[in-house]
Amino acid sequence: MPGRLSSTVTAVVFATMVVPAHAATIQITMENLEISPAEASVKIGDTVEWINKDVFAHTATAKGGDFDVGLPAKKSGTTVVKKAGIVEYYCRFHPNMKATLKVVP
Amino acid sequence: MFVRWSAAIAAVALLSGPALAQGTKPTDPQIAHIAYTAGVIDINAAKQAVKKARSKDVKAFAEDMVRDHEAVNKQALALVKKLKVTPEDNDTSRTLSKQASDKLAELDKLKGAAFDKAYVENEVAYHKTVNNALETQLIPSSSNAELKNLLQTGLKIFQGHQQHAEHVAAELK
Ligand SMILES: [Cu+2]
Repeated sequence: MPGRLSSTVTAVVFATMVVPAHAATIQITMENLEISPAEASVKIGDTVEWINKDVFAHTATAKGGDFDVGLPAKKSGTTVVKKAGIVEYYCRFHPNMKATLKVVP
Repeated sequence: MFVRWSAAIAAVALLSGPALAQGTKPTDPQIAHIAYTAGVIDINAAKQAVKKARSKDVKAFAEDMVRDHEAVNKQALALVKKLKVTPEDNDTSRTLSKQASDKLAELDKLKGAAFDKAYVENEVAYHKTVNNALETQLIPSSSNAELKNLLQTGLKIFQGHQQHAEHVAAELK
């Protein structure tokens, strides 16, 4: 019985951790050193895909260190958002490129 | 302080120098030459730094400069070819090149942390000077829309580099 309970608990905990069924992919473009949209709303579990249309390499680097995605010229990169809150991010190579992700539960 | 001021004055004098003074606007072939030269100068400075830098951050910054400025200049070459414009040498380009080769020689004598500091400080000052020239002279004077566009992208790249250089300089302290 305790075994069954703990496996149920495990299952519940696990279920809340897996990617929700409605997880979406949100695309954000970097072009001419501009990030658009500059402010994007996403849900926990969503994938953010940055599409670099420039001939320059960029990065999407969270100020708090949550992610640091390298984006070579004309390539894209992704991250899965894992916690709620407002995440400011920038490009390490061109810190004048700045944007915000609003992550809601 | 004196050295700093005189460098700033020299930089201003340089970019409002003979070619751009007397109310004469630089022509598109001259602007293309100046912009390309400004990129080559930063690439050469960066290649020296890739070899000499001690700090890992300074070396990485220099590698970024080579990569970005080569990409900008590649676009610039493709554009002048498309527009059938032959970049035209001029006093501003010549003054920029002369000043840059003096700077290379000066930095060549430095080593280790002293080199890193001098290189990064010069990168901050150099990008500031070029940004100012782009904003106040080159972009307003350019007549071809595609050239103007490329210069505007160049300005955003250079402004990014200036901020990046400022961050690296702050880390070195
Ligand atoms: Cu960038």
